[in-house]
Amino acid sequence: MSARFETYLWLAQRITAAILAVAVIVHIVTIVMAMEGGLSAREIIGRVQGNMAWLVFYLTFVVSVAIHAPIGLRTILREITSLSLPAINALVILLALFLGIAGFRAIFGLYGFAG
Amino acid sequence: MADVKYSSWPFGAARSHPVYWAFIVHRLSGVLLALFLPVHFWTLSLAIQGEAALDSFLVWSEAPWVKAGEIGLVILLAAHMMGGVRLLAVEFLPWRDWQKTLVALVFGISLAVGLAMLMNML
Amino acid sequence: MSGSNTGTLEVSVWRGGENGRYETYTVPARDSQTILDIVTYIQRHIDPTLSYRFACRVGMCGSCAMTVNGKPRWTCRSHARVVAENGKLKIAPLRNFKVVKDLAVDMEAFFEKWRRAEGSFQGTQTRHDEFAVVQPNSKQRKHADAGIECINCGVCYAACDVVAWNKDYLGPAALNRAWTLVNDERDNKDMTRLAAVAGDAGCHACHSHQSCVEHCPKFLNPTASIAGLKRAAAAAALKGEI
Repeated sequence: MSARFETYLWLAQRITAAILAVAVIVHIVTIVMAMEGGLSAREIIGRVQGNMAWLVFYLTFVVSVAIHAPIGLRTILREITSLSLPAINALVILLALFLGIAGFRAIFGLYGFAG
Repeated sequence: MADVKYSSWPFGAARSHPVYWAFIVHRLSGVLLALFLPVHFWTLSLAIQGEAALDSFLVWSEAPWVKAGEIGLVILLAAHMMGGVRLLAVEFLPWRDWQKTLVALVFGISLAVGLAMLMNML
Repeated sequence: MSGSNTGTLEVSVWRGGENGRYETYTVPARDSQTILDIVTYIQRHIDPTLSYRFACRVGMCGSCAMTVNGKPRWTCRSHARVVAENGKLKIAPLRNFKVVKDLAVDMEAFFEKWRRAEGSFQGTQTRHDEFAVVQPNSKQRKHADAGIECINCGVCYAACDVVAWNKDYLGPAALNRAWTLVNDERDNKDMTRLAAVAGDAGCHACHSHQSCVEHCPKFLNPTASIAGLKRAAAAAALKGEI
């Protein structure tokens, strides 16, 4: 792939890394606090349902992860397997799509929870 | 390439330095997290099926081995994040010679995070 | 510490080409003995068919680099007493290079990557122009000065795992040189060079293992140079220059 494309991929991974650094801190603090007294669906839904701030936060989180993880795996696959680059690109794009779609389903499911 | 190879990764005299160990942790934690995340997103999307579906999953996750796994995951996440922050510092900030100290800080904070979670679980 | 009571060292040495094997020799242990002394002893007194490289033998030329007990190092600057483990030594040619014979490797690929990284200076002035005025304390000059002492010994290239995992990876030495030239205000190949080092197998393949930094006998820092190239490439890409 061209020098410019590889440079953009590197930049995308570093930018999402910076976003994720913040998101992960928020996430871990939230989880550690939520673990007190045990996890329950009611509590999770109670936090996210109808809450725009959490919606935006988790959407940003999921999009960043869906970009960051596949780029990282792409590098590893190129280094330790002998798969062709097009095959590797296809695999990581599939992962990106799965993470994005499943992530969005989860977020909108929790956000718009009706019952 | 030469028939002369170093020992099997991640071992080897040439790899025995702290910054390399930080790389090993960063790469392994990244791979494990990448394998875990699809599962994580999938189970959370159970919420769409209703509170009962999500609750029955959460009840299952009360099992001790699942709890241990959760602590492991949080440690992996903290380690990967701290290692990544160290890398961002190497790539974007002026060079600092105290790389080993940075590595030590990274591991220390990751473990502290894992401990905090453990405390809250018990 | 050699720790040997019998005053000898057990030395395994790689013999042959790509598909060679280790042969073991017993060598008298002497004070202040370097690994190069030991290899020379074997060739002079035990087996004259042993092939190896050296030149200055005083830590200036970089010719004597080999793998000693798993680490790439200059053998003339490696004391047996420090490096040996329980009186044993294992000496092999540098990793990541094609083996010519025994301890001598083919450096051609290393230099080819140097060229591919545009590691050569290209100026614009002629003898009829004024001297270029280069401030020694400018940030750019400091970056260049930090990396120009490289003598192409190949130790960093041997230490680098990415070179082992990605056969096209330009490697720490070539990229370090490219960075010194990017910072040389008299050179005008900047964009061609950045495009050359930012490809599939360029600066972005570096994972900052810092094995190069750990092993460089001149205490250079290719990791920092490569980080500089990453930043420069990103800026150039965003500006549409590469």
